[in-house]
Amino acid sequence: MSAPAVHSLWTTAAEPISKIDAPKIEYGQLSPTLIVVGAALIGVLIEAFVPRKSRYYAQVFVSVVALCAAFAAVVALAADGYGTTKAHIAAMGAIAVDGPALFLQGTIVLAGLVGLFTFAERRLDPVAHGSRVDSFAAQAASVPGSDSEKAAVKAGFTTTEVFPLLLFAISGMLIFPAANDLLTLFVALEVFSLPLYLLCALARRKRLMSQEAAVKYFLLGAFASAFTLFGIALLYGYAGSVSYARIAQVVDGTVTDVDPALANTMGNDALLLIGGAMLVMGLLFKVGAVPFHMWTPDVYQGAPTPVTGFMAAATKVAAFGALLRLLYVVLPGLRWDWRPVMWAVAIITMLGGAIVAITQTDIKRLLAYSSIAHAGFILAGVIATSKDGVSSVLFYLAGYSFVTIGAFAVVTLVRDPGGEATHLSKWAGLGRRSPLVAAVFAVFLLAFAGIPLTSGFAGKFAVFKAAADGGAVPLVVIGVISSAIAAFFYIRVIVLMFFSEPKPEGPTVAVPSPLTMLAIGMGVAVTLVLGVAPQYFLDLANQAGVFVR
Amino acid sequence: MENLIAPLIAAPLLGAAVLLVGGRRLDRVGHWIGTLLSTASFVFGLILFADLLGKNAEHRTLTQHLWTWISVGGFQADVTFRLDQLSMTFVLLITGVGSLIHLYSVGYMEHDERRRRFFGYLNLFLAAMLLLVLADNYLLLYVGWEGVGLASYLLIGFWQHKPSAATAAKKAFLVNRVGDMGLSIAIMLMFTTFGSFAFGPVLSHTGDASEGKLTAIGLMLLLAACGKSAQVPLQSWLGDAMEGPTPVSALIHAATMVTAGVYLIVRSGAVFNAAPDAQLAVTVVGAVTLLFGAIVGCAKDDIKKALAGSTMSQIGYMVLAAGLGPIGYVFAIMHLVTHGFFKAGLFLGAGSVMHGMNDEVDMRRYGGLRKYMPVTFITFGLGYLAIIGFPGLSGFFSKDKIIEAAFAKGGTEGWILGGAALLGAAITAFYMTRVMLMTFFGEERWKNQPTRSPEAPSAEPAAETRGEHSEPHPHESPKVMTIPMIVLAVGSVFGGAFFSIGDRFLHWLEPVTGHSEGDSPLSATAVTGATMVCLVIGVAIAWARYGRKPVPAVAPRGSLLTRAARRDLFQDDFNHVVLVRGGEHLTRSLVYVDHTLVDGVVNGTAAGFGGLSGRLRRLQNGFARSYAVSMFGGAALLVAATLLMRAV
Repeated sequence: MSAPAVHSLWTTAAEPISKIDAPKIEYGQLSPTLIVVGAALIGVLIEAFVPRKSRYYAQVFVSVVALCAAFAAVVALAADGYGTTKAHIAAMGAIAVDGPALFLQGTIVLAGLVGLFTFAERRLDPVAHGSRVDSFAAQAASVPGSDSEKAAVKAGFTTTEVFPLLLFAISGMLIFPAANDLLTLFVALEVFSLPLYLLCALARRKRLMSQEAAVKYFLLGAFASAFTLFGIALLYGYAGSVSYARIAQVVDGTVTDVDPALANTMGNDALLLIGGAMLVMGLLFKVGAVPFHMWTPDVYQGAPTPVTGFMAAATKVAAFGALLRLLYVVLPGLRWDWRPVMWAVAIITMLGGAIVAITQTDIKRLLAYSSIAHAGFILAGVIATSKDGVSSVLFYLAGYSFVTIGAFAVVTLVRDPGGEATHLSKWAGLGRRSPLVAAVFAVFLLAFAGIPLTSGFAGKFAVFKAAADGGAVPLVVIGVISSAIAAFFYIRVIVLMFFSEPKPEGPTVAVPSPLTMLAIGMGVAVTLVLGVAPQYFLDLANQAGVFVR
Repeated sequence: MENLIAPLIAAPLLGAAVLLVGGRRLDRVGHWIGTLLSTASFVFGLILFADLLGKNAEHRTLTQHLWTWISVGGFQADVTFRLDQLSMTFVLLITGVGSLIHLYSVGYMEHDERRRRFFGYLNLFLAAMLLLVLADNYLLLYVGWEGVGLASYLLIGFWQHKPSAATAAKKAFLVNRVGDMGLSIAIMLMFTTFGSFAFGPVLSHTGDASEGKLTAIGLMLLLAACGKSAQVPLQSWLGDAMEGPTPVSALIHAATMVTAGVYLIVRSGAVFNAAPDAQLAVTVVGAVTLLFGAIVGCAKDDIKKALAGSTMSQIGYMVLAAGLGPIGYVFAIMHLVTHGFFKAGLFLGAGSVMHGMNDEVDMRRYGGLRKYMPVTFITFGLGYLAIIGFPGLSGFFSKDKIIEAAFAKGGTEGWILGGAALLGAAITAFYMTRVMLMTFFGEERWKNQPTRSPEAPSAEPAAETRGEHSEPHPHESPKVMTIPMIVLAVGSVFGGAFFSIGDRFLHWLEPVTGHSEGDSPLSATAVTGATMVCLVIGVAIAWARYGRKPVPAVAPRGSLLTRAARRDLFQDDFNHVVLVRGGEHLTRSLVYVDHTLVDGVVNGTAAGFGGLSGRLRRLQNGFARSYAVSMFGGAALLVAATLLMRAV
């Protein structure tokens, strides 16, 4: 800091304190997030004040109502034109209300709702200690069916905290793709990450694996957050601001009113490039791109399956939303620098995910690697740097999230005495014994593989088309090759289910409550509707494809 | 009035639907439903015919547009029907002869428990055949074309419990596929050449297309015609198709479906007129087939196969005439109609004989039947006189015109084609006399049958299935069968004269097909005289061999030509050696390439990725520290790469 600046600091401090203007908050435009946060807080109060017996019902009721209300709010805002003509930046420049934000928020809320149904499932495991149990542990150290769990249940350590945790995570995810300054971005990141770390540790069965997954996720997540934060600091150093618009102006060189105190450090490209790369790295960690993907299989496998499904879907939507906004709003002036790097990341992500998935033997790990490959496909759309790129990614995310939650919901149904039977060998011949469940899972697998008449095809086609139009034809070629590799292991599971002899002591398929059925049914319905008649939704995504700056 | 065209097709289609979907409940009345709807179609045809006759010759084309079938960009296909003199002629033939044969089948199939289904298929055939001749574009025609192929397949294999019938149906279907390919390629060529496949745009713009393209289209149409009309080289299925019930042979494999190829060529006359090379190919195919079929017909002891050879030969005449261009179109169709009468009558007569002879088909086990079946004898005899061209009967007028037209082609070609046609007339007289003599004259060989010799060529299946080895008791067929035969016999006798006197048929059809008198080196009288001489020679030889001498009940070994003709002039051997073996070799080598090269590459790639996957997954060792290192390395690379991008 130079001498005159210090002087001015001293002098202003001596003057009478001017009134601080109350921040102008557009509550209506932020209502989707506010509703969910409010419901989460109510959920905490429910934990404190509602009798144990009715907590579960109260929590489910509040959560469902809140998510439905949030979705209604999103739709109302979009119908009001906030996605297109009235798009603007709300909350004193902290949060953008525009097409991509609303589209992604709608997707996240719906994914959260479907995820909530799987969270609330209480009929898959047999009744223990006189009460129905769900997928979550009553107490950290208790083994299912043990005395300690019995004691925990008797003491009333029920598992209904998962609902407020879920709502907090959703609220963070709602802000994440809408964040319009770097600090809001970081706060949102932590708001949705911390509940997820916790949720990962809560599996009722395979406790150690669940805890290990949570610790790994937390450690690596914290590590990645550190990079993100450091990147934010460097960017602030570069631009003298954390506001997206301001940084973009500095990058373009169109900024006029430079604060003299920052003039010396501003515009240092090394800060910009390093900071930008680190920030992008933090987001690539969240979407699970190679080489920042290594947490994905372990965490997906260890976390309670409903959490895995929700996380795999909603985190990806939120993180890709934030990445899009970062690359399209903050760093478009830098695209000749980041595009080649993202090319490389997309290629190794697509190929890496698809290739390693070939030799997986656990269905949850298989789906984890599949999600890595899909991250690569979506990155191809991100790289297009066009409006079509944005809308194709939005469409892809919407289709993909329902397929993912549905697929993991099916995984929760296939059980043996030790809980979910996730080893692939146990799925042999499932189609003979439970044709409906196997057929539904086959639909999801075909959607993952991108077979026509499923949402996977429409999404992949849109993304690859946008990438090819953006000049990334080699990327598309590699993407198609990866799809072919990926098709192998998806189809292999179908072959295993329908064309193998069932094992004598194979798993049974639990009959779920209507909640899980609803979740799976919505998954199938969305998958087929987006696959058979995608045009309306493509148009919707296309309308929503413009960021406000 | 054009609104009556659709019901014409719809009536038998409805019959097919009702009979095939209706199930057992309709077993007792099904055959009458089928006959009624077929007759209804005939009545519609008559009404339309009367309407056409009431108009001037230029205004005798009715079109009915039902709906747009396919419309994609410049590709437009309509469901539109076109009724002109040519299709009217076919409609009357199809529905008229078809209704008679429905009636006949009521008696013929009386003891078959699947009679209802049989009538359903017959109605389906009628609908498809009517669609074929009434379509206003080639694509819709193709639908009918495939439809009659399907009906033919179903009816040839109607007695599917006999392996020979099932095989024959399959054979007919496969051989027809080759022809169908020709038609589909022709339609594609038309679309690329003319941008349409409707009759109007294609046939009136042949001047705009190059002769090469028209020749290609013409040859593909000829291939299609060869398949459907059993012309060389796609003739092999027709003989085996006689495995079907005899009414089927009469309707589909003599009177109507097999003439679809002639219809196609005459309908596409404008294309052929502008492509002389394709026309020449048509005449060659016709001439070769008319001799081929006649020679095969001479050697067969199975009455239906002898008639099948004859059918092939007579259609050869029609194709020959159609290949001659405007000189011959009218006579091709005229012969087609008269042939429809007398050949259907002959087949029904053969069926009547079989009906009275325990389904025996071997003519060497017939003989002297005229006393037992007088009506059959007389109607068959009239058909016989008509087909050999006995003066005054149908065949005389129509065939004579074709021979004249062949000579009128002019030049060496004219002499060769005319000579072939004359030779064919002599052979026709020979083999038909042979059939007549072996069946109705001579000693009664069905009495005191010796044990069946293993060489007896084709008599087994029928006798085996009925399991009757007792001596037959020949008897006349019931009225429901003889009445159609009588009606057809009347047509065989008077049809030709009716058409020819005052050139009625010529004036009727000329507006559609055009007509030109050729420049014949021989006078009409000379040609007729030559034909008569050939006829007498043929009949005389046959009398000398089968009339004067007793017919041996077991076929003698015969000359080389006889043996070749018994084997259908080695058509199946040729197909087997060239096509089946060749195809097998081709597929085997392709399979080899597939197994070694393609599968090798595929499996190698898969194994490569599998191995890579096995290596890469070891990086996922479960230690958070390793993951963190990987992330750190990745971040470092990311930063370095970004900086590097700026540097370069």
